[in-house]
Amino acid sequence: MIRKVRPHITQNEDLIFERSSPGKIGYQLPALDVPAVDPKAALGSDNVRDEIADFPEVSEVEVIRHFTRLSTWNYAIDLGMYPLGSCTMKYNPRVNELVARLDGMAWAHPYQPEELSQGSMEVVAQLEQALLEITGLDAVTLQPAAGAHGELTGILLVRALLESRGNPRKRILVPDSAHGTNPATAMMAGYTVGNIKSNAKGLMDVEQLARIVDEDVAAVMVTNPSTLGVFEENIVQCAEILHAKGAMLYMDGANMNALVGLARPGDFGVDVMHINLHKTFSTPHGGGGPGGGPVAVTKALEPFLPTPRLAKKGADWTWNYDLPQSIGRVRAFYGNFGVLVRALAYIMAHGGPGLRNATIDALLNANYIRYKLAPYFDLPYDSPNMHEVVFSDQRQAKKGVRTGDMAKRLIDYGFHPYTVSFPTIVHGALMIEPTETESKMELDLFIDAMISIAKEVDDEPELLKNAPHLTRTKRVDETGAARRPVLRWNPK
Amino acid sequence: MRYLPKSDSERQEMLAACGFTRSEELFQQLPKDAVLDRPLNIAAGVSEYEIIDFFREQSARNANGYASFLGAGVYNHYRPVMADVVVSRGEFLTSYTPYQAEISQGTLTAIFEFQTMICQLTGMDVANASMYDGSTAVPEAAMMAVRITGRSKVLVSRTVHPEYREVLSTYARYQGMPVAEFGYVAGTGQVDLEDLGAKLDDDTAAVIVQSPNFFGIVDQVAEAARLAHQSGALLVLVFAEAVALGILEPSHEADIVAGELQSFAISPSYGGPYAGIIATHEKYVRQIPGRLVGQTVDMDGNRAYCLTLSTREQHIRREKATSNICTNQALIALMATVFLEVYGKQGLRELALQNLSKAHYLASKVKPHFTGPFFNEFVVSGNVEKVNQELLAKKIIGGYPLAKHYPELKDTMLVCATEMTKRESMDILAEALS
Repeated sequence: MIRKVRPHITQNEDLIFERSSPGKIGYQLPALDVPAVDPKAALGSDNVRDEIADFPEVSEVEVIRHFTRLSTWNYAIDLGMYPLGSCTMKYNPRVNELVARLDGMAWAHPYQPEELSQGSMEVVAQLEQALLEITGLDAVTLQPAAGAHGELTGILLVRALLESRGNPRKRILVPDSAHGTNPATAMMAGYTVGNIKSNAKGLMDVEQLARIVDEDVAAVMVTNPSTLGVFEENIVQCAEILHAKGAMLYMDGANMNALVGLARPGDFGVDVMHINLHKTFSTPHGGGGPGGGPVAVTKALEPFLPTPRLAKKGADWTWNYDLPQSIGRVRAFYGNFGVLVRALAYIMAHGGPGLRNATIDALLNANYIRYKLAPYFDLPYDSPNMHEVVFSDQRQAKKGVRTGDMAKRLIDYGFHPYTVSFPTIVHGALMIEPTETESKMELDLFIDAMISIAKEVDDEPELLKNAPHLTRTKRVDETGAARRPVLRWNPK
Repeated sequence: MRYLPKSDSERQEMLAACGFTRSEELFQQLPKDAVLDRPLNIAAGVSEYEIIDFFREQSARNANGYASFLGAGVYNHYRPVMADVVVSRGEFLTSYTPYQAEISQGTLTAIFEFQTMICQLTGMDVANASMYDGSTAVPEAAMMAVRITGRSKVLVSRTVHPEYREVLSTYARYQGMPVAEFGYVAGTGQVDLEDLGAKLDDDTAAVIVQSPNFFGIVDQVAEAARLAHQSGALLVLVFAEAVALGILEPSHEADIVAGELQSFAISPSYGGPYAGIIATHEKYVRQIPGRLVGQTVDMDGNRAYCLTLSTREQHIRREKATSNICTNQALIALMATVFLEVYGKQGLRELALQNLSKAHYLASKVKPHFTGPFFNEFVVSGNVEKVNQELLAKKIIGGYPLAKHYPELKDTMLVCATEMTKRESMDILAEALS
C-alpha cells in the first residue's frame, strides 16, 4: 500500500524556444546615461554579430511559469527522504541561503582591497579553524571547488612532497570499493592505478596491503567509512604500513559525516583528505553543484598547499602569495566562497556538541533501517555499519527483479531511489543513506515501502520491471539517448 | 536541535529496535586508538538570529555602497530578481545530480535549454552542463585537445586571464603536457602572431587565446586559429566576460570554447561559486568532459531528457575517464539559464551595447593604453596606486593594477564599466587620472 503519495496534476510545458515569439521581452534596462556607441565603428564590422538566431523571446510571467512548472517535475529533499548512499542528501537550512546573499558577502569582488574584504576573510578563517578541529589535521585549503577537485589537489600535494624528497613514485592504490573519481584523479596527477581487493568483510586487507606496498607506491586513497558504510577497523595499521614505506594515506572524505565529533582522520594516521561541504556540511546539491572540496593536510604537506593562503598581518587578514613550494593554483580566486559561507553557518547552528549529535543520529537512522529491512533483503557483509547500509538484490534477482527495478518502483511510493549497483564489490547493490535529518515517521514510511516492494517481487514481479507507474514521465530510454545523441534544441 | 527531527523517546525506541540500549553502542566497533576522547573544541550551537547577526557583522566589514571599476574576470552586472526566485525553489535547490530521469525532468529540461543557448551564443554544436568555473575549464579544454590531436604541448597567450594560466600550469604539470606562453603586441594589446608562429610546432595540441582578452580587447582569434590549424593544432577560445557574447560575432575558427558565465546573474561572491562551460564541434563530443543532457523518449513515447554519453565519465570509466569531474555547478548554470531567458534575444544585445557605450564614454575621457578594439574594460596608465587611494576616499573602488602579473605594465590598471556604472563615477575616475 502506498501511503506517502497520490498522483496529482502537473502542468505540461514546452521548451522555452517553443514558447518564444518575436518581439516579446522580459527585461528593461535603465535609460543609457552616456551616448550610444555604434558597435561596428567601435569593434570593426567583422567582430559584430547579427541577431542571435533562435534565441528565446519571452515575457517575465512566462519565465516564472516556465521554471515553476519545470520545478514540479523534480523530486527534492524538501519533498521527502532522498536515501542516495554516498551522496548525503540531508536538509539544507534556509538561513544559510539568506546569509550568503547579504550584500557585503554576495557583492564582494575578489580583487577589492583587503581592507574592504576583512569580513569575507574572517569567514574563511573561521571555517578553516573549524575544519582543522573536526579533521584533526594541521592545515587546510578551501580553494577546491568540489570533492573530485579536492582529490586532485590532495594527490598533487602528495606528489609535490614526494618529489621534494627526491622521488614522486609511480602508483596510487585504490580499493575496489572506491568511488570512480579516485582512479580518475590519480591519472590526472600522472600516476598509474593499482587495485586493492577487499577482504571477506569488505574492508582493506592488511596483509595484502603489506605485501603490495613498495617504494613505487605514492599513496593509498581510501574512503573511510568505506562505501559499504563500514569503518576501516585496521586503518591505524594501514597507515603504519604506508608510512613505513614512505607512502601516504589519502582519505576520501565523502563519508566524513559518519565521523564528525566521533573520530578524527588526523588522529588515525591520515596524511591528506578532502571534505565535501555539500555532503557533510549541508550546502545544497542544487541538482549537481556547486560543491566545495576543502583539503586538509599534515604539517609535512602544508608548504605545498595551493596559493594564496590566508595569513595574519597585524590584526588584519591578508592573502599570502609568497609560497615558493606551493603546487600553484587549482582554481581562480579563493574557492567557492558562497559555499563556504553556508558551511560555516551550518557549523555554527550545530556547534561542537551538536555536530556530534548529528553524526550519532545519522548512525542511528542507518542502523534502524538495517535492522528493519534485514529480514527482507540480503546483507552481503554483516560488519557493523555506520551512516549507510548496503544490501544486495540476491533474493529478488531469483525472481528476475534487479536493484534498479526496485529503485524505480520506490519512486511510486514517493521516495527518491537509493544508490543503485554501487559499490561494485556488491553484486546488485542497494546502498541506503538516510542521513540524520529524517524523522522516525519518514523512516517508517520508507521501511514500509521497501517491505511492500519486497512482497511485490514475490507476488507480481512484472509490476516492478516497468516502474515507475505513477510519475508524469515513465521509464526513459537512456540507451536511445546515447545511441543517437540530441544535445541541443534545433528549430524544425 | 532544530535540524534533527527526533524526540529523545523516539531515539530510545529506535535504539531498542536495533538491539542497543545506549547511543554509544552505535560506534563501539571503532578501534580505541581512533576514537576522539573529548568534545570538539567548537562553540555550542546558536540560534538563527545569532547566525544572521554574525554574518551581517562580517558583511559590514566588507565594501558596502562603493562604486567599482573592477572587472578582470569578475563583473558587476545587474542580477534580475527572477534568478534567485528560481534557484531558491527547493525542487531545484535541494535535488541531486539528475541520474533518476523520471523524477528529475525539471533539472534535465533546464540543462538542455542551457546547453542549447550556450551553443547559440558560441556558435558551437555541443556544450556541456557546466564546469566548476572558467579557470578550470581552460585546462580541461587543453586536455581535450591533447586527446583529440594525440599531441602533447599547449601554447597559451599571455593575454589569457593570469589566474586561468596559473590553474592551467598546475593541472598540466604532471600530465606530460608542457605549457608555453606567447606574447602580445605592445601597441595593440592583441596576440603576437609572429611569436605564436615561431613557437608552434608539430607537437602543439592547442593554442589558447581569450577574447575579449584580459586587457578587455577583442583579440585576433581568426588569425591565431589559422596559424594553429596550419600546424595541426586546435584553437581553444576562452572568454571571461560572457556579456560580450551578446554583440561579438562567434568564432567560426575555434575548435573548443572554454568560458566563464559569472556575468550571467551570478553574484561576484568573493570569487565563487561561478560556472564554466566547454563547447565544441559535434565531431569532438566524445572527448568533452563533464555532464551532458540528451533528448530521448519515455515508455509512453513522450519527449524526455536524461544524462547521456556517460561512458566518458569517471563513475563508469574510472581511470580511463575524460576527467575526474563529478559535481559541477548545476544550480549556478540554472541562474545563468534564467538570466538568458529573462534578457532574451533583444535584451542580451541591448545589455552588451550599454556596456560597450559606457566603457567608450569612459575611454573618451581617459586614453586607453592599448589601441586594440575593446568591449567593456580597458587598460589605463597613470599613478594607479595613488589614484586608487584617492578614489577609495570617495567610496569608489578603482581599477585592477596590472604590475603584479605584467611587470612591463607597471603604472597601469584595468578599468571596467558595465550597465551598472554611473556617468558621475566615471567622471570622477577620469578627473583622478588626469
